[in-house]
Amino acid sequence: MKTTTMLRDWAQWASVLLAVLLAVLLPVSFAGFSVPAALAAPTELTNVSYDPTRELYEQYNAAFRKFWKNKTGADITIVQSHGGSGKQARAVIEGNQADVVTLALAYDISAIAKAGLIKKSWQKDFPSNSSPYTSTIVFLVRKGNPKNLKTWGDLAKDGVGVITPNPKTSGGARWNYLAAWAWAHREYKGDEKAVLDFIGKLFRNVLVLDTGARGSTNTFVRNGQGDVLLAWENEAYLAIAEHKNDFEIVTPDLSILAEPPVAVVDAVVDKRGSREIAKAYLDYLYSDEGQRLAGKNHYRPSNPKIAAEFAAVFDLKVKLITIDDPLFGGWEKAQTRHFTDGGIFDKIYTR
Amino acid sequence: MRKEVWIPCLLIAVSVLFVGVMLVLPLVVVLTEAFSSGLNAFLRAVTDPYTIKAMRLTLTATVAAVLINTLFGLTAAWAVTRFSFRGKGILSTLIDIPFAVSPVIAGLVFILIFGRISPLHPFLDALDIKIVFAEPGIILATVFVTFPFVARELIPMLEARGTDEEQAAALMGAGFVTIFRRVTFPHIRWALLYSVILCAARAIGEFGAVSVVSGHLRGKTNTLPLHVEILYSEYQFTAAFAVSAILAAAAVLILTARNIVEHLAHKEDDFNVR
Repeated sequence: MKTTTMLRDWAQWASVLLAVLLAVLLPVSFAGFSVPAALAAPTELTNVSYDPTRELYEQYNAAFRKFWKNKTGADITIVQSHGGSGKQARAVIEGNQADVVTLALAYDISAIAKAGLIKKSWQKDFPSNSSPYTSTIVFLVRKGNPKNLKTWGDLAKDGVGVITPNPKTSGGARWNYLAAWAWAHREYKGDEKAVLDFIGKLFRNVLVLDTGARGSTNTFVRNGQGDVLLAWENEAYLAIAEHKNDFEIVTPDLSILAEPPVAVVDAVVDKRGSREIAKAYLDYLYSDEGQRLAGKNHYRPSNPKIAAEFAAVFDLKVKLITIDDPLFGGWEKAQTRHFTDGGIFDKIYTR
Repeated sequence: MRKEVWIPCLLIAVSVLFVGVMLVLPLVVVLTEAFSSGLNAFLRAVTDPYTIKAMRLTLTATVAAVLINTLFGLTAAWAVTRFSFRGKGILSTLIDIPFAVSPVIAGLVFILIFGRISPLHPFLDALDIKIVFAEPGIILATVFVTFPFVARELIPMLEARGTDEEQAAALMGAGFVTIFRRVTFPHIRWALLYSVILCAARAIGEFGAVSVVSGHLRGKTNTLPLHVEILYSEYQFTAAFAVSAILAAAAVLILTARNIVEHLAHKEDDFNVR
């Protein structure tokens, strides 16, 4: 009697196990069918990018497809992915198979390099620090600039509502913060205490701290929160294009030079055999057509000749400080000092 | 005495107001926004190749979730209510995990198990099996969040029925298949259908877990809810709301199906009693 119940016990457990196994294996078997198709020929290229480049790459991909078709006769598909720059880098490290990454910060691509997917010297692979286009941080204000916001100093005044994403999660927000820091450093002649005080005041004026640049733009433009949005120049122009009569751009006299870099993900292209096309894809960003598309989408072309064509759009005279300036000492240093847990940002924002 | 008239009136007013603000108003907003740029803009958004691909993926994930969870739910409910075995309590508790765990965490767990940093990765890579940041990951995440629906619906049902009828059938010599087909299944079929509908509703709308494992590859790993977010982020508000309208329509259809099932089940119960 006892043995039969035990036997039945086992049979029941076995059927439960079988159900669980089936639940796990069924989706896995799907994988078996879907993968070889993608592997068969590298006619597909995946570009993992960050939030504000959606419109740029939509146009650029069409241009590149045409260029590639003329050159090789082959049709290719380009799969785009957009999101917060840091989050996108994380996804690539965790296995999102990008052939190329086009992110907001060298720091994020370096993180992928550290994980062993991209070679350490990646930033020398393409011209201008592998940044085919640059951008800077400007103020987007409501039409007529009712609060008369002209310089960074105006943003820390009482009663000004500032919208910026969170520097802890958003690449763009770090540039906002550092541009403000650079201005204050010049204004207070390097007095660290005064700089901290100013940054603290500025961030206490922040009404909504979204996780990404696009979220902040929506908060300011769509939901009507705040008096000023700290934004990428290209995001600001895009908002103006959408709502011509509601906003204007104020370029402060000093801002920061953002160099969003690009890289081929070595581990992925070597596995897929897509290195040639991935390299061609990024190279073409530096062509006259690629540069003009960048300019049209309100990124500053890295080629000065093409940039000059857009002199009417961009304030090319604004003083731009780079992240490699001794004030910041490069991304690694700036990141550790300002944005890691327990860094300066944490201290001023909780205060 | 007269005062008490006010109580139901007040309760009804509060409920109607709440339902109006929380449910009807958003639905109206979605529909007006969806058609705010005219019918053509709506149709263009709905027939966009990326929208269609997202629709297909959502459908695949929903069908897979429903099939797998029906199978699992039936097995588990049968096992838990019809037999006693060691660990039964644990099993029936474990079924509820997806209700208790945040979907985001579920997604992250799948990334840790199947992602590049997982110890499993060299093995999966050698076999060229992609799970996270690909379709299987989406299916897996959807199955996970909809996992308890069928079992949770069937277990109380089977428990209330007791095992008398099955035992009688067994004594009369019926086998497992016959008992299930002729005795158990007729009792639970409405509950089963009902739970399948709920499971499908949840699968179609799932955002959190899927968002984490998706990688947001446009046209490849975007489900309808993820596609709505992308369109919204791209300033394509009309398109975003048009795709939302598809989801809303699916929800309305599902609710209708649910009510029909409920109605039919009641009718049958009445008939049985008579």
